[in-house]
Amino acid sequence: MSTLLGQEPTGVPDGHEAYGDEQQPRVGFFTDTSVCIGCKACEVACKEWNLIPQDGQAWTGHSYDNTGELSANTWRHVAFIEQEKPLRTNDDGTTALRWLMESDVCKHCTHAACLDVCPTGALFRTEFGTVVVQEDICNGCGYCVPACPFGVLDKRDIPSTANVGHQPDLLPIFGKKEDGRVWKCTLCYDRLKGGHEPACAQACPTKSIQFGPLDELHARADERLAKLEAEGWNGAQLYLRDPEDGIGGAGAFFLLLDEPEVYGLPPDPVVTTKHLGSMWRNMARAAAVLTVAIVGACARD
Amino acid sequence: MTDVQSYYGRPVLKEPTWMWEIPTYLFTGGVAGASSVVSLSAKLFGNEELSRRTLYIGAAADVVNPMLLISDLGRPERFHHMLRVFKVTSPMNIGAWVLFVNGGASTTAAALELLGILKPVKLLAELVSFLFGPPLATYTGVLVADTAIPVWHEARQELPWLFGASATASAGAAACIFCPPASAGPARRLAVGGVVAEGLLMHAMHLRLGETGEVYRRGAAGAFSTAAKVMASSGALMLARRGRRSRGAAVLGGALVCAGELCLRFAVHHAGKQSARDPKYVVKPQRERATRDGTRATTRPHESAASASPGT
Repeated sequence: MSTLLGQEPTGVPDGHEAYGDEQQPRVGFFTDTSVCIGCKACEVACKEWNLIPQDGQAWTGHSYDNTGELSANTWRHVAFIEQEKPLRTNDDGTTALRWLMESDVCKHCTHAACLDVCPTGALFRTEFGTVVVQEDICNGCGYCVPACPFGVLDKRDIPSTANVGHQPDLLPIFGKKEDGRVWKCTLCYDRLKGGHEPACAQACPTKSIQFGPLDELHARADERLAKLEAEGWNGAQLYLRDPEDGIGGAGAFFLLLDEPEVYGLPPDPVVTTKHLGSMWRNMARAAAVLTVAIVGACARD
Repeated sequence: MTDVQSYYGRPVLKEPTWMWEIPTYLFTGGVAGASSVVSLSAKLFGNEELSRRTLYIGAAADVVNPMLLISDLGRPERFHHMLRVFKVTSPMNIGAWVLFVNGGASTTAAALELLGILKPVKLLAELVSFLFGPPLATYTGVLVADTAIPVWHEARQELPWLFGASATASAGAAACIFCPPASAGPARRLAVGGVVAEGLLMHAMHLRLGETGEVYRRGAAGAFSTAAKVMASSGALMLARRGRRSRGAAVLGGALVCAGELCLRFAVHHAGKQSARDPKYVVKPQRERATRDGTRATTRPHESAASASPGT
């Protein structure tokens, strides 16, 4: 079953239970930003394992972040924030400077808007409860791109120089396109199938990225949050850990040290399809009125 | 916006990747959908001339529609993947089916009309096209509203109505261009009525959107929005005052309304892009909601503090 039509979030990923005997425990990431050192090993490991094309090199001037954002060619992105804020609430304020780092990734939402709106069924829920694009099905309609409340998905547009010798098999009506499909984190679906952890989690030297069954990760995160509170860390909070939030909780959730928007994350995301039921009913009313208006206009002739 | 925090001012959302084909389709799809309804209604009340011309207009639009949509795909050769599933959670999938049925029916009916054969089949095709026309003219409002783009999603109550009014106006206006004034009475009424309804709906949408709607006054969206208003209203005025007597005025007025409606679709299209580009449109309403109602998106130590989230 898909999320449907105004249904309240329950924390159970749509479609996960349809696997029956083949269903695996739901897995995910717990990204603990309090121990991230900004080494970007996750970005590199992800690119290497998933054979993601390069997407140029540019200096952004935004601290050590020269990646910028998650995109079709970046499935792990390390954000860097320089702040004049004390790291701990009990500091006297004389060292009010801190450097936040956070490795962002697809959230693998419990109620995933991208999956709901995909018109081809290319986006699907795996037996691990994750959300993956089937690249042999995606036809590049781009609907999932504005549907994602986190701006994760994007269309891949390989520079044509990187495509030398390759003739894309397409029907050029008004011009030629390159790859043209959408790409995002698969939570290393291929590695999961083989019993391995995702490349980013394996490469992370500080265990800032932790992989495992979601229940275990929740317990670990709650413990960690309590510890940080006891130590007086400033602004510590879990993000997308609660199955009652607007997306039904995420498969990839975070421990942040400031408000989500500081990291470029939406502070209160809601699955786009939450109101779809009422939207269809509203459209049906509009269509009915349109019919009556047109028939009426013709009747007066 | 100084009271909103962001990550170096970067967008939270991704801009829609849709190009000019999509807003153009929003227009031609509206013409096709509303024309199907006009055609059979006119026939029902004995206006054969108007019925035949709107049948051709609708069919012509329905020939263009799939070309526009396929052209916008990243992998056009895979367009048929749209029809490998039937999925009510995807307005685009439902739209593809609606267009498939409406387009098939209206082009069949037009071809049979042209050849003058198989009258019963033609009538059946016209009936199918009549039934699928209204959804075709309005589903696009759900299509754009069912996204995370604030200026689209927050206008979900108005968009199907706005697009329906715009479709009615453009189908009426197109008929005014191609139909002699004597038999274009209903078309003139639809064009003028559609433009008036659209103006009211646009106003209602702005009232609801508040600050989120300010993108309609800026950049490309602002320019298209102004052009839409000027052209649609002057075209409607021309149709209302002189459309009955002068064929020239009917053609010019009809063309102005059509151009205005096309601009309206481009205004909505660009408003969506602009809305995605500035993080404040995403962060500010969400932060205000979280502060007002509390949020479960973040979990703080000792949940009691959760509802009072400091904004800075």
